[in-house]
Amino acid sequence: MNDVRRAPESMMLWLEGVSYRYPGAARDALTNVSLSVGLGEFHAVLGPNGSGKTTLVRIALGAVQPLVGRADIDGRSASRWPRQDLARLVGVVPQREDNLFPQRVRETVLLGRYPHLSLWGRERAEDHDAVDRALAACDALHLADRWLWTLSGGEYQRVRVARALAQEPKLLVLDEPGMSLDLKHEMGLFELVLGLVKTQGLGVLMITHDLNLAARFADSLLLLSEGRTVASGAPADVLTQETVQAVFSWPVMMQTIDGRPQMVPLRQPKESRG
Amino acid sequence: MRWTLLVILAVLALALSVVLGPAAVPLGELLRSDIVWSLRVPRALLAFLVGGSLGVAGAGLQALVRNPLADPFLLGLSGGAGLGAVLAIALHLSGPWALPIAAFLGALAALGLVYRLGLIGGASLDPRILLLGGVAIGAFTAAITTAIVSLADAAELRNAFLWLWGGLSGASWDSVLLVALYAPIPLVVLFAASRPLDLLALGEESAGYLGADVERVKRRVYLAASLLTAAAVAVSGVIGFVGLVVPHIARLTWGHRHRSLLPAAFLGGGALLAFADTLARTVVAPRELPVGVVTALVGVPVFAFLLKRWTIA
Repeated sequence: MNDVRRAPESMMLWLEGVSYRYPGAARDALTNVSLSVGLGEFHAVLGPNGSGKTTLVRIALGAVQPLVGRADIDGRSASRWPRQDLARLVGVVPQREDNLFPQRVRETVLLGRYPHLSLWGRERAEDHDAVDRALAACDALHLADRWLWTLSGGEYQRVRVARALAQEPKLLVLDEPGMSLDLKHEMGLFELVLGLVKTQGLGVLMITHDLNLAARFADSLLLLSEGRTVASGAPADVLTQETVQAVFSWPVMMQTIDGRPQMVPLRQPKESRG
Repeated sequence: MRWTLLVILAVLALALSVVLGPAAVPLGELLRSDIVWSLRVPRALLAFLVGGSLGVAGAGLQALVRNPLADPFLLGLSGGAGLGAVLAIALHLSGPWALPIAAFLGALAALGLVYRLGLIGGASLDPRILLLGGVAIGAFTAAITTAIVSLADAAELRNAFLWLWGGLSGASWDSVLLVALYAPIPLVVLFAASRPLDLLALGEESAGYLGADVERVKRRVYLAASLLTAAAVAVSGVIGFVGLVVPHIARLTWGHRHRSLLPAAFLGGGALLAFADTLARTVVAPRELPVGVVTALVGVPVFAFLLKRWTIA
């Protein structure tokens, strides 16, 4: 770890030497991982399947308590936050969710106002304004009256980001938001998230499989393998040919675009394939 | 507009069940009639309270177990209550309250067992196990009930069988008062959970990230809905389909937001059961059909029609 660690109080999200093992598991899901995300910073977590990315996010959000180490949000232990207070600070776009009953876009985004409402109180004008602002920020205002099931994959993801924004959080956490999106919508989503970091000063933590987009958009990367930190810091320091080949067990070639490393997977000679 | 219609419907159902009955009471003497004041009015009110409670309990449980086919009686309560009632009949327990109390205790025992099963995986209440556990406990208690009924003599058997199909003939001002004092507590708990229930439709993980205290909400909703159902079953037996069909009809009109859905399910459930009970008392007068037969006869075709509409949409 090369980056200078700042005081945990100045960080929205602060993980220090976190380790975790699921009950009954043979090995740690995470071993001694540290990460911090401040306001106006875009962090991406990378790693192969099963490298501990999702566990890291669950610990960071206080859904699971680390066995070793510390996980704070805004200077307070993540698992100690009352969920409603935490939801005013952190918006999450999980990988999957259900829709038990049919819903319109505006209704689902309005659910993002829940942490701001009192037990019996109705939604106020400011709640509807926040919904409109969130939809506008995600270029989804024109979708407001559509049913969710009529949306394309890209539109649906934008609506889910809008719902997280309606919470008016300071930190946005996204778990594989680009999965199953085509080029235009995936790029559009990354541009949207980066725009929120730049214009609204949000802190962003994104889990992604896409090394190249992470390197293009994020300020800082954390590369995990088998629950351990392989490298962290600026994209050019993290995504080197050696590291990527070692972690993903595949030969690659690295190029540079806009000063950011970009990975091109190589074909493997037939006889060594296995 | 739709609220006005629903309120008119509810008042109409109550009025019909006061005006109509096996004994012909002239309209002019309605307010002075002893039959009306001591029999029909409490019975109409009890039907309304029980129907409303079942409607709300059903809507809450459907959101909790995330299964649109959930019914308040699917979670094993009817089996427990039935067993309690049949035991009371078989043991010749006497007194006007022996049957309701035995049924209530039976329902509570089933509730406790199913709740315990739901926690079997650890500290988190698992709605899928609640559902499976409820079905299992229901089947188990039904088996014991059937064994007892098959050993009982013919007259007792008929009583037990009729009780299991539900009926409001035991209604009295006492039972109305009891339910009117008891039901508001779990009802308020469920109404207070309206918004977290909206969030639960997205799944537990998402609901938590949006600020719901998921574990607390699940426990409260399960316990409140079950306590409502236990009281309903104690005073009126197992009345099916109100708790299943009414929330769905309410959802078609009011959408899935529980803030409107739960009150609509209360008024709709109350109106449906008051109306069904009027039919049960009058169509084969002077004899009476179990009201559960009427709700099933009305409810199943309506439900089939709704299913058809959904699969087309």
